[in-house]
Amino acid sequence: MSLNTFMQHLSNGLALGSLYALIAIGYTMVYGILRLINFAHGDIFMISTYIIFYSVTLFLMPWWVAFVVAILLTGAFGILVERLAYRSLRNSPKISVMISAIGASYLIQNLAIVIFGGRPKAFPIPEFFNKVVYVNTISIPVANFFIPGITMAALVILLYIVNKTKTGMAMRAVSRDYEAARLMGINVDTIISITFFMGSILAALGGMMWGIKYPNLIPLMGLMPGLKAFIAAVIGGIGNIKGAVVGGFLLGMSEIMLIAFLPSMTGYRDAFAFVILIVILLIKPSGLLGENLAEKV
Amino acid sequence: MKRIALLLVLVMVLSIPLTACQSSDNGSTADSDVIKFGVFEPLTGANAAGGAMEIEGIELAQELYPEVLGKKIELVIVDNKSDKVEAANAATKLVDQDKVNAIIGSWGSSFSMAAGPIVMEAGIPAVGTSCTNPLVTLGNDYYFRVTFIDSFQGVVMANYAFTELGATKVAIVQEISNDYSVGLVKFFTDEFVRLTGDPGSILYVANYNTGDQDFTAQLTNIKQLNPDAIFAPGNYSESAMLIKQAKELDIKAPFLGADTWETPEFIDIGGSAVDGAVFSTFFDSQVPLTPESSVFLDAYRAKFNKEPASVTALAYDAYILLVDAIERAGSAEPGKIKEALAATAGFDGAAGVVTLDENGDAVKNAVIKTVKNGEFTYLTTISPQ
Repeated sequence: MSLNTFMQHLSNGLALGSLYALIAIGYTMVYGILRLINFAHGDIFMISTYIIFYSVTLFLMPWWVAFVVAILLTGAFGILVERLAYRSLRNSPKISVMISAIGASYLIQNLAIVIFGGRPKAFPIPEFFNKVVYVNTISIPVANFFIPGITMAALVILLYIVNKTKTGMAMRAVSRDYEAARLMGINVDTIISITFFMGSILAALGGMMWGIKYPNLIPLMGLMPGLKAFIAAVIGGIGNIKGAVVGGFLLGMSEIMLIAFLPSMTGYRDAFAFVILIVILLIKPSGLLGENLAEKV
Repeated sequence: MKRIALLLVLVMVLSIPLTACQSSDNGSTADSDVIKFGVFEPLTGANAAGGAMEIEGIELAQELYPEVLGKKIELVIVDNKSDKVEAANAATKLVDQDKVNAIIGSWGSSFSMAAGPIVMEAGIPAVGTSCTNPLVTLGNDYYFRVTFIDSFQGVVMANYAFTELGATKVAIVQEISNDYSVGLVKFFTDEFVRLTGDPGSILYVANYNTGDQDFTAQLTNIKQLNPDAIFAPGNYSESAMLIKQAKELDIKAPFLGADTWETPEFIDIGGSAVDGAVFSTFFDSQVPLTPESSVFLDAYRAKFNKEPASVTALAYDAYILLVDAIERAGSAEPGKIKEALAATAGFDGAAGVVTLDENGDAVKNAVIKTVKNGEFTYLTTISPQ
């Protein structure tokens, strides 16, 4: 394999990895605050791409307006999901909430099939992102520059909000103990709504970037990316935002390198993600950057 | 842990009476006033566009031919969800619960193959629409189809690559989890190696799974080999993204494919990248083949105000062939329909004359099309041998 080919693989892996990372951040953030695996995250991601599709094709918005609308609406949709599926189970056993999350995921998927139809739609890619930049013989679509950038920006902003702001402090308090946080005058419901709003915005950002790279919209499109992002989050140590980014990069890069160096194993690409997960959990049960917690779901 | 186990047991216990009363409810509906055609197609999932186009053809045929032997024909449409397991479930539902007289479907050979053993065991005849893998009908007396098979289609594309494009080295990308794609690749490979006389003329075979979105790794591997053409039969949406990503990686070799590419989504998703892609298919609306073609085209254009896809014509043919077989048999009894179907010869379908060989496969022409300025454009017609 020539150096150029290898560099091309590296660039491809970086783009895929940062996309996984972007979706994984949202996954892991909600878990970090609520100790809840939000299985509907992939479906919220799917909804965001459909919002962009309809904003552009039906309401004829320019793409940047559509992107802003999608971010806000998806955030609101995340709050709605939390209201309907999780809030009333706040004091129930964790397992009930998890089952409710799975139910919400199926409900959203099937509603999307009914409302949007099963036939695929083509994501309206802004002309700007359709360009390709050539470095030597390595070709890099413009989107591949943006995705790692957006992932890194999201990481920094999120770390800032969680660690440096008052809302972030409240979030961390809620993640430790609902009751104690409430006694300290924190409005737990508002904080959780904010958490979901932010998580869903991250899903929307992921959805946009995913749509630009893979413009094939179907109601079940959130399933695999959601699962991969979940794996990425667990590899990095679920609940740890930096870990999610590390896990995402690791997963994307290993998938590309698997196909690059062992082409005959391509059919096992998705299975390979789980193999990595199992190996890492065997060696380090709390994930690469995870904190040691007694109880895990 | 205990709680989960308890919950699972509870779910199982609760679901027993549910399934039990479902089957007893539907057991007694063997209504003899209507003739039921079961239709199983992918209406959701990765192949949904294909299923939707075939349903158009079947429903149009029903509007034109709503009755046979003085009885109304009822369509029972079920979704096989673009999934082999669901396809088997859908076929089981049609034969067990709905008690259909015959079955039409499906887009996608894998789904037809999953339904094969079920229709054979139940003794219900099935007519395949655009499922082209030879194994669909092989060794199954109850499965027929109105389309040619991949041993022909693969040969057609290998010849096109060799004679028209002058290709001597090709790379292949196959959808490894799809029997249709894997079968076509085999027939293409055999013929191409025979034509070039060089087993090394197939430079590389890359794989992907149904539903994969990222093909950059496979394409990067292919790019360094610099093939003359790339044969990549597979599902339309994956193929469109494959070609788009190939163009982004600056791969200039033309892409060759097969009948599944002829969906509007292939062009929508692929955009300008799929311009120049060449594929074989069944029929072109600009070249009517039989008197029935005109009936079909007129009715379709009047109803939908656009040009029909090949698979729509095939689905239409599957329906009218069943109607014809029931007329010839003089009975809607599944066994008699099967006998009449097997004897089909010189039947005028919308997508050409159907004569079924000993396996139940139609022997007919293939059409080669390309994408030009965002439209499917007719190139040529190729007849068997």
